[in-house]
Amino acid sequence: MNLTLKVWRQKNADDPGQFETYDAPGIIPDMSFLEMLDVVNDQLIAAGKEPIAFDSDCREGICGTCSLVINGTPHGGQKATTACQLHMRHFSDGDTITIEPWRARPFPVLRDLVVDRGAFDRIIQAGGFVSVNTGGTPEANGLPVLKDDADLAMDAAQCIGCGACVAACKNASAMLFVSAKISHLGLLPQGKVEKDRRALKMVAQMDQEGFGNCTVTGSCEAVCPKEISINFIARMNGDYAVALLKQGA
Amino acid sequence: MKLDAKIPAGPLAQKWDKHKFEMKLVNPANRRKFDVIVIGSGLAGGAAAATLAEQGYNVKCFCFQDSPRRAHSIAAQGGINAAKNYKNDGDSVQRLFYDTIKGGDFRAREANVYRLAQVSVNIIDQCVAQGVPFAREYGGLLDTRSFGGSQLQRTFYARGQTGQQLLLGAYQSLSRQIGLGNVKMFSRTEMLEVVVAKGQARGVIVRDLVSGEITAHSGHAVVLATGGYGNVFFLSTNAKLCNVTATWRAYKKGACYANPCYTQIHPTCIPVSGEHQSKLTLMSESLRNDGRVWVPKKAADCDKDPKSIPESDRDYVLERKYPSFGNLAPRDIASRAAKEACDEGRGVGPLIDGKRLGVYLDFTDAIARFGEAKIRERYGNLFDMYERITGENAYQQPMRIYPAVHYTMGGTWVDYNLMSTLPGLFVAGEANFSDHGANRLGASALMQGLADGYFILPYTVGNYLAANYSAAKPETLSTAAPEFKAALAAVNERLTRLLKINGQRTVLSFHRQLGKMVWDKCGMARSEKGLKELLRDIPALREEFWKNVKVTGTGEELNQDLEYAGRVADFLEFAELLALDALERKESCGGHFRVEYQDQEGEAQRNDDDFCHAAAWEYAGPGKPPILNKEPLVFEDIHLAKRSYK
Repeated sequence: MNLTLKVWRQKNADDPGQFETYDAPGIIPDMSFLEMLDVVNDQLIAAGKEPIAFDSDCREGICGTCSLVINGTPHGGQKATTACQLHMRHFSDGDTITIEPWRARPFPVLRDLVVDRGAFDRIIQAGGFVSVNTGGTPEANGLPVLKDDADLAMDAAQCIGCGACVAACKNASAMLFVSAKISHLGLLPQGKVEKDRRALKMVAQMDQEGFGNCTVTGSCEAVCPKEISINFIARMNGDYAVALLKQGA
Repeated sequence: MKLDAKIPAGPLAQKWDKHKFEMKLVNPANRRKFDVIVIGSGLAGGAAAATLAEQGYNVKCFCFQDSPRRAHSIAAQGGINAAKNYKNDGDSVQRLFYDTIKGGDFRAREANVYRLAQVSVNIIDQCVAQGVPFAREYGGLLDTRSFGGSQLQRTFYARGQTGQQLLLGAYQSLSRQIGLGNVKMFSRTEMLEVVVAKGQARGVIVRDLVSGEITAHSGHAVVLATGGYGNVFFLSTNAKLCNVTATWRAYKKGACYANPCYTQIHPTCIPVSGEHQSKLTLMSESLRNDGRVWVPKKAADCDKDPKSIPESDRDYVLERKYPSFGNLAPRDIASRAAKEACDEGRGVGPLIDGKRLGVYLDFTDAIARFGEAKIRERYGNLFDMYERITGENAYQQPMRIYPAVHYTMGGTWVDYNLMSTLPGLFVAGEANFSDHGANRLGASALMQGLADGYFILPYTVGNYLAANYSAAKPETLSTAAPEFKAALAAVNERLTRLLKINGQRTVLSFHRQLGKMVWDKCGMARSEKGLKELLRDIPALREEFWKNVKVTGTGEELNQDLEYAGRVADFLEFAELLALDALERKESCGGHFRVEYQDQEGEAQRNDDDFCHAAAWEYAGPGKPPILNKEPLVFEDIHLAKRSYK
């Protein structure tokens, strides 16, 4: 296949950035999308030009590093698939493909397609954990957990923290990400002790980072490579309201 | 150099408890006076950084990823072993210990492995308390399943994403400590040098991968938890950015490197589809619980529709050769069986360079027995992943799999305390050589990473600090000290050199060429002739690299090409040690298969008389051959036996 790429190039956080157009000839349908970019980059380097900077690591859809908006959709629009798992057999010869970074104010562009998602880490640091130290924990089977609760917690816990939900949302809301963690821990007896505190702290940090609120358009759920359900946002809103009431606010 | 493994005296089962009692302690009020540097934030590094910070030490943790949550531990799928015996099927610490020693082909240190089996039970307790959503039964208790190299069900799992969930548990503990101000986290920061003063590791030099700024960090102890070196083969199941740089730089500063030839080739990976391939993808070993491995009996059937081949014309290779373990034979054995079948011309899948490199992993029987829904519940995400990559539906036709480089058992040599031969430098997880011998069993990597991070380093690092510094007023080495200045200058000089070459070939082309060379001659089957050729060819390629590589951009910006060049430059040096170690180990054991040493049935032939040791290579200076130090492996508890899974 011969393709044309329109790629966002931006030297650093201060550079305004612009689209550049590149030819991508001889692309094989079995290539992954990122392997296609590897080929283009190898050609750019050989020609003495600077390669396109993009984040990727595991290339099997679990580390959450890759973060490309492809033809306007985070991760490229294939259901339950990260950009690294998208394969070129889903494109056609002669296609023009637009590639951009996540676009959201709390995720500043560092270079080309690379963004800073440190805001997600700071939200977890604010309360996305169970406060247990290493050692002295009770016997694992000492506390039975309803299988349905454990399964639902696992559905939420699958979030890979890629940030596609934020990139897809017109409000740049991080509520799918935040609610996934609040739900994962809140559903399990181990996490219930700190449930209220966790909801208050994580939501406060989310607001402080500048993420918007949810207006229930569902775009986050549609692009989520792990198919995290928007129902978790409702659960988070409930947890947050209860915590606020208990706090007497 | 005289290697001292510092194995505590006394009966095996009491060594760790006795040692814990004998170790020196640092008073809680004094711990904050000590700075501990942790490189890497995976299971071992993340767990160690969190736990050391909980204890009260000042921790600085560095990772090259954009967040500590992205370390490659996250990609582990199948599960984590622990001797809980919840299934009442005869498990015990002794049995997990024995299975691990045997699985490693009797090339691991007894005392370390026994300790690993002991703390395995604490790991599950710890992770459950953190809220790791392990699979459960309807009664609410934890579910377990079986894995390769074991006849028990001792593997705990969280769907096909166990590594992810365990890593997120460690990441959340680490995040809590970051939030409390006890850990200072440096993401997108790569370690490029260990700083040594008066024979002790006293700090590191790192590069900020966004600004390019190079800075020095001083500490009283340094922990490397930087993973394995599988990407020396270019194609592996490792994440793209996994590299050997941290442990290699430490090697050149005095931390011996042990058993690099022990590399694990995983049998169930998606076959290569072409030259463009950037990495290989693992399909969890848990699939072998229900999938049956087969190839056609006749080479003429290889391009036929698998469903049209009658049972009588199929060769269920593993069930035939290893009836008692069948499809759950250990990884090295299953991989070699697949390779042999393909070498005999009975491989399946597309013809690439005149060969079909694949065998079937068939779920037809399991689907008939349990129904498609049950199989989907067990492995749905893996079947989906297979379809995304190959475009094929494995519910309707058998998967095609082929072995690929997956894990490296070799690594920095460490003593019982996980300290390297460079005092003050500790190495944990896949980065060290310690517990898996010549082959690692499935679901044991997660166990080892967390054992090292949660339950071993937090004791042994404290013991080192108490023994080597004044607890009330530990002396801190200023980053203005000449040792730091020299290390900074060396890092700068190397980066400048890489940028100045401005040759004709890309870093990727060198890496790909190196990987192919190492895979062909030091992969699943190794020969003296091939290894000698490799030892001739690697230095030539390295020389060409330093004359002809093209690295774009500058050092003062986000420059992925420059990062990659530095890592490949280290692989080009490391590969030579890998080949040398493989040449010197004149026996076959576990993941190291020398064609000269096999029995009549083609099984690996160990030589316990001459090679029952860990080979720890010591750097002797530029241009000089490394020095081989041997740590004899003494088996007091178990009897060395031929490793049979028949």
